[in-house]
Amino acid sequence: MKMKDKVQPDRRAFLSTAAMTATALAAGVVLRTVAQAEPRSEAADDSVRYGMLIDTNRCAEGCDACVQACNRENGLDLQEKPEGAEDGKWALQKAQWIRKVQVQDNLTGKRTNLPLMCQHCEHPPCVDVCPTGASFKRADGIVLVDRHICIGCRYCMMACPYKARSFIHQVVEKKLTQTPRGKGCVESCNLCVHRRDNGIESTACADACAAEGHQAILFGDLKDPNSPLVKALERIASRQLREDLALNTGVRYAGV
Amino acid sequence: MKRIVYREWKLAPQRYWGLLAILGIIAAIGGLASWYMEHHGHWVTGMTNQVIWGTPHVFAVFLIVAASGALNIASIGTVFGRKIYQPLGRLSSLLAVALLIGGLLVLVLDLGRPDRLIVAMTTYNFRSIFAWNIFLYTGFILLVIAYLASMMDRKLRCYYKPFGFFAFIWRLILTTGTGSIFGFIVARQAYDTAILAPLFIAMSFLYGLAIFLLVLLFAADQDQRPVGQAILNRLKNLLGIFAATVLFFVLIYFITKLYKAKNYELVYFYLLGGGHYTLIFWLGWILLGLLAPLGMVFHPVLGQERRWIVTASFLVILGGLASIYVIIIGGQAFPMSIFPGKTVLTSDFYGSIAAYAPSLPELLLGIGGFATALLITAVGIRVLQFLPESLADEEIDPHFSVKT
Amino acid sequence: MANALVRGCLISASLAWALSAQAAGGSFVVPGSKAASEKSCVEPTAFMRRNHMEVIEHQRDETVHSGIRATKHSLAGCIQCHVSRDSNGTPIPVDRPDQFCGACHRYMAVRPDCFGCHATVPTSAALPRQPQGETN
Ligand code: HEC
Ligand code: HEC
Ligand code: HEC
Repeated sequence: MKMKDKVQPDRRAFLSTAAMTATALAAGVVLRTVAQAEPRSEAADDSVRYGMLIDTNRCAEGCDACVQACNRENGLDLQEKPEGAEDGKWALQKAQWIRKVQVQDNLTGKRTNLPLMCQHCEHPPCVDVCPTGASFKRADGIVLVDRHICIGCRYCMMACPYKARSFIHQVVEKKLTQTPRGKGCVESCNLCVHRRDNGIESTACADACAAEGHQAILFGDLKDPNSPLVKALERIASRQLREDLALNTGVRYAGV
Repeated sequence: MKRIVYREWKLAPQRYWGLLAILGIIAAIGGLASWYMEHHGHWVTGMTNQVIWGTPHVFAVFLIVAASGALNIASIGTVFGRKIYQPLGRLSSLLAVALLIGGLLVLVLDLGRPDRLIVAMTTYNFRSIFAWNIFLYTGFILLVIAYLASMMDRKLRCYYKPFGFFAFIWRLILTTGTGSIFGFIVARQAYDTAILAPLFIAMSFLYGLAIFLLVLLFAADQDQRPVGQAILNRLKNLLGIFAATVLFFVLIYFITKLYKAKNYELVYFYLLGGGHYTLIFWLGWILLGLLAPLGMVFHPVLGQERRWIVTASFLVILGGLASIYVIIIGGQAFPMSIFPGKTVLTSDFYGSIAAYAPSLPELLLGIGGFATALLITAVGIRVLQFLPESLADEEIDPHFSVKT
Repeated sequence: MANALVRGCLISASLAWALSAQAAGGSFVVPGSKAASEKSCVEPTAFMRRNHMEVIEHQRDETVHSGIRATKHSLAGCIQCHVSRDSNGTPIPVDRPDQFCGACHRYMAVRPDCFGCHATVPTSAALPRQPQGETN
């Protein structure tokens, strides 16, 4: 409590401070990106755990900047509807890592907007059920699919409580070097793993959200007590989706 | 009681080859359908990122569940020492292996990367019930083959009891494993309950027996081998008992689900408001698949007639497919509750009942699996001595006495 | 088992043949690629000819599971250096039958499935990708 008081003497001042620090941080990120863009040479280890805080109060209705940025970053926008596919079905078949959702509280009627993606659980059900071990959690907490041993059984998708995973239903013609993609395997948000390994401090969605001026997505290291993410988690009440499953998700939501 | 004589299936060649050709063509069409799905990708099917497992899985799970159930007849003879069932042990074992192979084939051919099957056989994650099932399935096939050998080879006769016992235990574990594929899915409300394991076991008894009955009666009929009323009565009574057992576990399932307020909507979905899932549940599974066969086999007059027993078995199989459809597809279509106490307003992905329509290739693949199982059985009984010469009462019933 | 053995023998035979062809001066390195102007591969050429699959596959696990990207053995790196460009400077997919990986693999009758997923030309190397970056 004392610590918090020092950092933030007055609750009302907090929001503007937060906005300012976030902006400053975003600028910092850009600077550090340039300075630190060095590929990883040591194996990722568990001294860090990547995660996010999504402040739904800042998430704007109708805005899908994070989704667009994710699609671009990960080559999802390069997917082409196969000739003869129905539009409606195809929308549910193509890979999508982030989805925007609006929910309304049944009691109060309050509306909340949020992006939903892989929650990077500490105890991921998808990893538990995967027969070959293709679904795995990297030491730094990122939940990934090794698509070299994925057999496309989709049991992980059955097990995911967030419907965050996509199966590649089609032959993929166009792809990026940084995100290979092909028919018959499962994939999902990987917290921009190529950025993690190349020393870039943020994710595409967080950057895009900040660029829109919303700053609803804060990415960082959950294990670093001084990281802006942990500081924000200390200040703002947040929760995990499907808390009842005790998965200890890496993505937290404020205001739902 | 006399010594049982087993003979190869002596169908006239044209008939036999005609049968094989029909089954072979259906199986081949299934193979083509799977090639089509793999070549284009799964977008040509009804499956999406919402309804992830589709019709192929309905058929595969049905066949796998029925496979372990088909072994039941042999088990009753061996493990429970019922002499009258023993002559049926060979056919029962063969059918179990054949159905399992058919089911696994469908499962494998639906994989996104069937070419990587070797990966599935060499890389395991032992936390996954799926990985365990790979062992359970291969183990089952090997064990039942050994069991069969102990029935058919005099020198191995001494292993008959132990193998039979072991195979029985194994099949119970196997069906538990299959049920647990769903039971362990904590995320989805329709699953996430241990009741699915005993429910699956009860279903396996029922579906396996229904298929067994049809195959037995057809095979004996074609070859003019008598099937006595004694064995027929027992089998059809078993069918009725198993149907009642399934009914009981379905009831328990819903009572368990109703115990938690959060599941009210799920129960409502299945029983009243789930559109065609509700229809398939009541009409397909409960009425046609369970109640109607129950009525037929226990009816004092109709229950004695072969054609009603056959009809009941057919209905059980159709109802069985309906039941797995409701469990697998319905369970996925029902929206997961990610935001309890809230209503999802805008999202075409969350919060509403997911759409799914089976596509032709999926259906053909599933039926192909059925045909493959029957093909294996037809070849098996033709080349090896699986079928008893006669199942007439005086041949097999230890309590047989000439009635006046 | 027997299949694998036969295939292994066939491959070593054809590899030996290919290698003798190489010794006679032929090379699969395509003109116009960066490799054409470099002196050597990431490992000695003879070693690469025989063992490049192990090299890449080892790297694959390192990268995917441990995140190690500071390496000269990345698949992206192979493509970056070995890809050829047409007269407009547009990169030509490396798996085409007349290109570096594709030509030799066709010659050897191997079909790695890697390019079902992996890009066959370098896409914009700058991270993060620019919206108008090369996409194919
Ligand atoms: C820095 C550029 C560069 C990179 C990166 C590179 N190579 Fe090479 N590679 C070369 C050059 C140059 C040669 C030709 C060497 C020679 O002629 O002796 C070559 C030769 C080869 C050969 C033998 C070709 C022949 O004609 O026999 C193979 C195979 C090969 N490379 C595979 C790879 C693979 C696989 C990778 C990725 C792990 C890779 N290379 C990465 C430059 C590169
Ligand atoms: C089903 C799709 C798929 C197939 C097929 C596939 N990969 Fe990959 N591969 C990926 C994905 C996804 C990554 C992760 C990319 C990342 O994180 O940067 C990856 C990463 C890699 C990497 C590390 C990144 C790099 O560029 O060095 C290597 C090496 C690699 N794959 C090699 C292979 C080889 C060799 C094959 C063929 C035998 C292959 N892959 C087939 C999807 C695939
Ligand atoms: C000099 C000929 C040659 C060139 C050039 C070449 N390869 Fe190969 N490659 C082979 C041979 C031969 C094999 C098969 C080895 C085996 O199966 O034992 C092979 C196998 C592979 C495999 C393993 C395939 C499998 O099914 O296990 C990969 C991956 C691979 N090559 C990648 C590449 C890439 C990427 C390039 C281009 C950068 C390349 N190769 C260029 C000859 C070549």
